[in-house]
Amino acid sequence: MAGLAIALGSGAMTNTIAEIGDSACILASGTSTTEAHPIIGYQVKKAVRKGAKLIVANPQEVPLTQFADLHLPLKPGTDVALLMGMAKVIIDEGLHDQKYIEERCENFDKFKESLEVYTPEFVSDVTGLPWEDVVKAARMYAENGPASILYCMGITQHSHGTDNVLAVSNLALITGNLGRISGGVNPLRGQNNVQGACDMGSLPNVFTGYQKVDNDEARQKFEKAWGVSLSGKPGLTHTEIFDAAYTGEIKALYLIGENPVLTEANAAHSIEAMDKLEFFVVQDIFLNETAEKADVVLPAVSFAEKNGTFVNTERRVQRVRRVIDPVGEAKPDWWIVSAIANEMGHEGFAYNSAEEIFNEMASLTPSYAGINYERLDQGSIQWPCPSVDHPGTPILHTEKFATASGKAKLLPLEYRPSEDCCDFDFPLILTTERSLYQFHSTMTRYSDGLDGLSGGEQILINPADAEKLGIEDGDQVEVKSRRGKLKVKATITRRSQPGVASLSFHFAECPTNLLTSNALDPVAKTPETKVCAIRIDKVEQ
Amino acid sequence: MSFEKHLMICGATGCISSGSNKVQQALVEELEKHGLKGKYRLVMGGCPGLCEEGPIIVIYPDEVFYCRLKPEDMTEMVEKHLIGGEVVERLLYNGPDVDSPVRFYDSIPFYAKQKFNVLRNGGIIDPESIDEYIMRGGYRAFSRALEMDPETIYGEVKQSGLRGRGGAGFPTGMKWQFAAQSKGSKKYVVCNADEGDPGAFMDRSILEGDPHAILEGMLICGLAIGADEGYIYCRAEYPLAIKRLKIAIDQAENYGLLGKNILGYGKNFKIKIKEGAGAFVCGEETALLASIEGRRGVPRHRPPFPAVEGLWGKPTCINNVETFANIPLILKKGGVADFASVGTEGSKGTKVFALAGKIRNTGLCEVPMGITIREIIFDVGGGIKDGRKFKAVQAGGPSGGCIPEEYLDLPIDYDSLTSAGAIMGSGGLVVMDEGTCMVDLARYFLSFTQKESCGQCIPCRLGTTQMFNILNDITEGRGKPEDIKLLEELAWAIKKGSMCGLGQTAPNPVLTTLRYFRDEYEAHVYEKRCPALVCKALLRYCIDPEKCIGCRRCTKECPVDAISGEKKEPHVIDQELCIKCGACFDVCPKKVQAVEVLSEGLPEPKVNETCEEGCKCQS
Amino acid sequence: MSELITLTVDGVEIKAEPGTSILRAALANGIYIPHLCDHPDLTSVGICRVCLVEIEGRRPTVSCMTPVEEGMVVTTASEELDQTRKVNLELLVINHDYNCQSCSKNSKCNLQELTRYIGLDEERIKAMRKPMLDSPIDDSNPYYIRNMDKCVLCGICVRTCDEIQGDGCIDFAYRGIKTKIAVLGDKPIIDSTCVTCGECVSRCPVGALVPRNAVEPTYEVETICPFCGCGCGMVVGARGNKIVSSRAVPDSPANNGSLCVKGRFGLSFVNHPNRLTKPLIRKDGELVESSWEEAISLIAQKLGQYKGDQFATIASAKCTVEDNYVMQKFTRAVMETNNIDHCARL
Repeated sequence: MAGLAIALGSGAMTNTIAEIGDSACILASGTSTTEAHPIIGYQVKKAVRKGAKLIVANPQEVPLTQFADLHLPLKPGTDVALLMGMAKVIIDEGLHDQKYIEERCENFDKFKESLEVYTPEFVSDVTGLPWEDVVKAARMYAENGPASILYCMGITQHSHGTDNVLAVSNLALITGNLGRISGGVNPLRGQNNVQGACDMGSLPNVFTGYQKVDNDEARQKFEKAWGVSLSGKPGLTHTEIFDAAYTGEIKALYLIGENPVLTEANAAHSIEAMDKLEFFVVQDIFLNETAEKADVVLPAVSFAEKNGTFVNTERRVQRVRRVIDPVGEAKPDWWIVSAIANEMGHEGFAYNSAEEIFNEMASLTPSYAGINYERLDQGSIQWPCPSVDHPGTPILHTEKFATASGKAKLLPLEYRPSEDCCDFDFPLILTTERSLYQFHSTMTRYSDGLDGLSGGEQILINPADAEKLGIEDGDQVEVKSRRGKLKVKATITRRSQPGVASLSFHFAECPTNLLTSNALDPVAKTPETKVCAIRIDKVEQ
Repeated sequence: MSFEKHLMICGATGCISSGSNKVQQALVEELEKHGLKGKYRLVMGGCPGLCEEGPIIVIYPDEVFYCRLKPEDMTEMVEKHLIGGEVVERLLYNGPDVDSPVRFYDSIPFYAKQKFNVLRNGGIIDPESIDEYIMRGGYRAFSRALEMDPETIYGEVKQSGLRGRGGAGFPTGMKWQFAAQSKGSKKYVVCNADEGDPGAFMDRSILEGDPHAILEGMLICGLAIGADEGYIYCRAEYPLAIKRLKIAIDQAENYGLLGKNILGYGKNFKIKIKEGAGAFVCGEETALLASIEGRRGVPRHRPPFPAVEGLWGKPTCINNVETFANIPLILKKGGVADFASVGTEGSKGTKVFALAGKIRNTGLCEVPMGITIREIIFDVGGGIKDGRKFKAVQAGGPSGGCIPEEYLDLPIDYDSLTSAGAIMGSGGLVVMDEGTCMVDLARYFLSFTQKESCGQCIPCRLGTTQMFNILNDITEGRGKPEDIKLLEELAWAIKKGSMCGLGQTAPNPVLTTLRYFRDEYEAHVYEKRCPALVCKALLRYCIDPEKCIGCRRCTKECPVDAISGEKKEPHVIDQELCIKCGACFDVCPKKVQAVEVLSEGLPEPKVNETCEEGCKCQS
Repeated sequence: MSELITLTVDGVEIKAEPGTSILRAALANGIYIPHLCDHPDLTSVGICRVCLVEIEGRRPTVSCMTPVEEGMVVTTASEELDQTRKVNLELLVINHDYNCQSCSKNSKCNLQELTRYIGLDEERIKAMRKPMLDSPIDDSNPYYIRNMDKCVLCGICVRTCDEIQGDGCIDFAYRGIKTKIAVLGDKPIIDSTCVTCGECVSRCPVGALVPRNAVEPTYEVETICPFCGCGCGMVVGARGNKIVSSRAVPDSPANNGSLCVKGRFGLSFVNHPNRLTKPLIRKDGELVESSWEEAISLIAQKLGQYKGDQFATIASAKCTVEDNYVMQKFTRAVMETNNIDHCARL
C-alpha cells in the first residue's frame, strides 16, 4: 500500500464497497474478485447488470471475465506498460479531465512527457496485447464515469508492485476519478483485519494511524503515553525478518496467526531461517506446519471467542463479539501478549478488556479519535473519524489529498521487467491464484466440505503448452523453479494463456511457495509471488 | 409480356398436403408437351380457403374454379379447356349445396357470404412477387401514410374501429396511440405470427399468400409510433411462411421500401424474422417479447404494457398478423369509411375463421363481423358432415368456449361471443356433431393448456393440471359427486388468479360445457355413462346374437382375442378382455350391424371384502 | 426524496414513496397482505398470485406488481379474494410434501404462515387429486439440500442467483406441471456453476433449500466474518458452545445482507477437534502440553535475553485491532525494536 501513500498520501481503499455497484465503469486489475472477495464481486456484477462497462486486466481467464466487456490477458508483470499505455491514449485523445488535473494534481507535464516511450509497438510487445484492445480499454475507462479501479495482489505482489500501484493511481487522477462517488482506487484487502493491523502499526515504520516512528513528535507522544523510550529506526519487513533470521541477525521470533511454511514466498528459504532461530514462539488456533517448528506454542482463541474490532477493506471499523466460550484453555491474543509483558515486569499492560485497549489506542490515534465501542454498537464507522461528533469518512480525497501540498502527484514511471525471467531451463511463467472455497492456508482446511468444493490443488496449463510438453488433463506433473519443486495434478484449460500456468497456495500437500520468488519491491517490500519462472515435466508413473 | 390466361394453383399448406405440388408438376409437363409454356402464367399462389376441395386451380380471366384435382386430370384440363376453350365440367365444384356443377368462383355457396379484405390477394397474386402486390394497390397506403403525421395515422386506425385480431380485441388505434405517446427514442413494431391454436391457420394463410400486406402494415405502424425496427415472430413450423416473408423483405429492401431513408422521406425501418420454437405460451405478447430477447419465453405481469415497456424495455407495438393485414386497407384513401361500413357497432370489418371439425367445408373463410354462427356453419361451411346433427361449436381455440345450438343465431362479434362464454380468439371454429362427448372435449382442451402452461403462476400451473386430472377421472369412470362443484371452483379461481391470458381463459371450455351440457357431466359422474358413446372406459361392445351371421371378421380383427364363436354361429365378446378399441364395430358388415356400442353405466365399485377394516376402500 | 403518496388500504390511510408496490407499502405500515414470491431484496414478479387485492375501479390484481398511486383505495380481503387465494393455496398444499415435523423449516415456513392466515377448505382438499411426490432429493452439495417436492416455484432462488449473486446458475425448466427449478441440463447442483454462496438457501421461503444438518441455535450474536477483507456483518448462532449457524446481518453496510460460501458455511474450523487447547513447550525435541504459568514464565524469561533488533514479531491480520495494538506496543515498548510486520503484503 506504500504506492498509494506516495501519490495520494493514504494507502487505503478510497471508496466504499456499496458504491461499486453504481460505477459506470470498473477496471478490475490483478483481482479475481468473485473468488477472493465474493461480496465485492456481487457489487461488480450488480454494476454490470445496471450497464456498467467492466474491464478485466488479468493474465488468467478468471471467473470475473465472463461478465467483462473487455478482457486484457496481459503477460504477467507487465501492468505498468498497460496502464501507462492507457494513460497515453487518454491524454493523446484528450479524454483526460484537464480541470481536475489543474486543480488537484501536480507534475502533469513531466508525467505527460514520460508517456512518450509507451508507443503502440512497445506496449503491445511488452504486454502481448493488441494495441486496439489497449485503446478500447482506455476509452472505456475514460468515457464512462464514475469509474472505479479495483486491484489486488495481482498488482502488488511483484518486484515492481509499487510502480504498478502508482500507474493505477495515475490513471484515476488524470480522469478525475478520485474523491468522486463510485469512482476511486480501491485496493481490496485480503484478510479480515489486514487494514486494522496496518492501522495499528503492526508495521516496521509506523505507530498507530500511520504516525511514523522516525517522526520525533509522534515518537515522543508514544513515549510519553507508554512511559518508555522508543527506537526511531524503522524495523525490518516481513520478508526481511526471515532473511535476517537466515543470517542470524534475528534470534528470537514471536509469530502470531500465520503459516509462513506455506504462505511465504521462496518457502524453503524461510523454513531454513526458522530452523536457525534460537527462540521461536508461535501463537495460533491450530498446530499448523509453522507451529510444529516452534519452541513454545500458545493456544489463541478464534474470532468467535473474543471481543474486539476488525477494520475491513473500506476502512470500516466494526465490532467483533464473542459468540462462544474459549475452546479449552485458549486465550485472546491481547491477553497472552499482555501476560508476557506483565511477567517481564512492564507496566502499561494491565488490560481487563478489549475496550480498554481500544480507548487507549484511540487516544493516541487521530484518525480513530472519535471512535469508541458505544458508537460502534450503533453501527460501524469508517476512519478517518477525528472526533466523537464526526460521522466518519466513506470517500477519501473529496476535497484535498493527504499529501503535504494537498495535491496528488502524477508520477512518471518506467517499465521494469520482473526479476524472475524465463529462460531455456524455466520456460514458463507461474502465477498464483486464490480459490473461492479456500482462505489462505489454515482455517478453511479445517472446515468440513470446503475442500470438496474446491477440488484440491491443480496447476492450470494452456492446451498449447500441454501439447508441447506431452501432458494430458489429470496427469501428475512436476513443477520446478529456481528455488524448489513440487508435484501436482495438471488441468488443461484455456483459462491460462499460452506460456503461463497457475496454482493456488492453500494446500499443505502442495506448497506452492516453495517455487515462488522472494525478490522484493524496493519500496513496499512485497515479494514477487505473481511471477515465477518454472518448468513443468510429466511425472512418469 | 402478356399472358393469355392466368392459372392460380393453390400453393398453401393445405393444398400442398393434398397434392397440389404434383398437380402443378403435371400441369407444367402437360403445357411443355403442347409447347404452351410461356403462353400461360402459372402461379403457386395463396389460399382460396376451401381446403376441403383441394387441390384447387382457378383460371383467369375465365373465372373457372377446378377442385379436387389429381395430376392425371391435367391432360384433360389443358387439352379441353386451355386448347379447346371448353370448361371441364367433371372437375368443377359439385358439392351437395349446389344442384349442378358450378364454374364460377362466386357461384360456389362457400364464397357467397364471404367478404375478402385480408384474404384479398390470396390466390390472386404471386406471393413471391412484390410487383403483383403493388399492381393490386399494394404499398399505396404506406406512401399515403408517409405524408401523414403520426397522430393522423393512428387517428384513422382508431376511427376505423379495428380491434386486435389476435383474440383479446383491444382497439388497435388506441394501442398505437399509447406506443406513439410513450417516451423513448427507440421503439419497436412486433408482428405476432406465433399462431398456436390447434386447427387455426388464418395467419399462416395470410403470411403465405400475401406477405407484403404484413410488411406494409408494420411499416405504417412504424410511422405511427416512431419505430425504426420491426420483428416478425413466426413459428418455425411455418417454413413456407418464413420463406415467403424472407423473399418479401428482400424485395422490399431492393425497392427501397425497407432500410434507410425510405423513398427519400428520411424514415428508416428494418424488419427481422425471429423463429419461435413451438411453445404455445409464446403467443402471449410478453412471453413472445421475452423469447425474442433470447430469454425463456414466459409471460410477465402487465402493466407495464409493451406499449410502455416492451422489447428490451423499449416501447413496443405488438399486433397480430391479421390485424396488420387490415392496416393497408384502412390507410388507403377512403379506407376508413370502407372498413367501418362492414360489421357491427362494436366490431368493425371482417374476420377470418378457420373451419374445422365435423363441418363439410373445412378451410378458411372471411366474413363480415356480425354474421351469425348459423350462416357461417350452414351457408359458408356447408353444414355438418355426413348429414349428422349439429351439437356445438368451439369458438376461440383451447381458450375459447363452446356454443350450443340455441346460440346459433348469435351474431359473431367480440362482445356477443364473450357474453356466451367463448371468445373471438384468433378465429378458430371447431364444429361438433352429436358424436362428440362434451366432457371429453373439455378434457382434450385442458390437456393442451395444462401442458402448455408456462409453469410460473400457481393457478395456471397447478389448477389446470388439477382440472385435467379430474376430467380424466370423470371420462374414465372415476368421477366423484363433488367433482362438478370442484371443477367450477377451480375454474373461477384460475380465471381470476392467473397472470396471463393463457390461464385466465384456460377454464373456458370447462365452464361453457358445464353451462350448456351439464347433463353430460352428470351422466358421467353419477351414472358412469357417456351419452355420446365416446369415453371408452364407460362403453361396452356387445354382439346382437339375433343379427350376427358368424362371419368371423370381428374375431380376426380383435387385437386381444376377446371375441369367440364358431363360424356361422353368433359370436360373443368377453367383456373382461375387451379393450374397447372398436375394431369389431368397424369391420362388422354394414348390412349386418351386429356389433353394438352401449353406455349403460358401470356397476358399483366392488368393496374389497378382504379388507379387515371394512373401510370400503377400492383397492 | 420525492413527495410521499397517500393511499388507503383497508380503510387505513398510509404513505409511501412513489414507485413502491402496494404490497411493500402495506407491509411497511403494518398491514399484512399474504404473499409468497415477493422478497424485499429482489425485484417483484407477481407469479404466485397470492397477494391479490381489490383496487377501487379496477379488476383484482396482484399488489406486489402495482405501484402506489395517490388516492388509491385498496381492499386486501373480500369474499372473492379469499376464495381465489384459498383455492390457489390449496393447490399448492396438495402438491407439496407436507412432512412438516421432519422439515427444518417447520415454524419458519412461509407456506405454513400462509395456510394459517388464509385457511384451507378440508373438503376441497380431500376432493382434489393428489400427485405422486417422488422427486429425487439433490444432496450433491456438501452444504445444502434441494428437495423439489417442497418447492413452491416462487422463483426467489432464481432471482437471488441472478440479481444478488449474479451467477444465474438456476432457472425455471420445463413447462406446465413438470416445471421445476433446475441448472443447465437438469443435472445435480454440484455439476453447475453454483458457487455455494447460500444466498438462495437463506431466502427460500419453504423447505426446498435447506442447509444440510441444520441445527437451531440456542442464541445468536452479531459479529464480523473472519475470512477476507470485505468485513461482512454476520449473525453467528451457537448451541452447547458450538457454532451451528451463520447468516448475514440484513442491513450490514459492507455486505448488505449477503455472505459467501466461506462466511455462511465455513465456520466449523472454530470447533474443530484439532484446535489448540493448551500451551505446548518443546521438551527433548517434542512439543508437550504445559500450563499457562509455565509457558508465560518461560517466554518472559527467554525474551528478556533478546531485547532490541535481534527480536521480531510477526503480527497477524487475522487478529483484532486490539490484539495488534498490544502486539506492536509490546514489540516497541517491551522488546525495544520496530521489527514488527504482518502479512499485509501477502
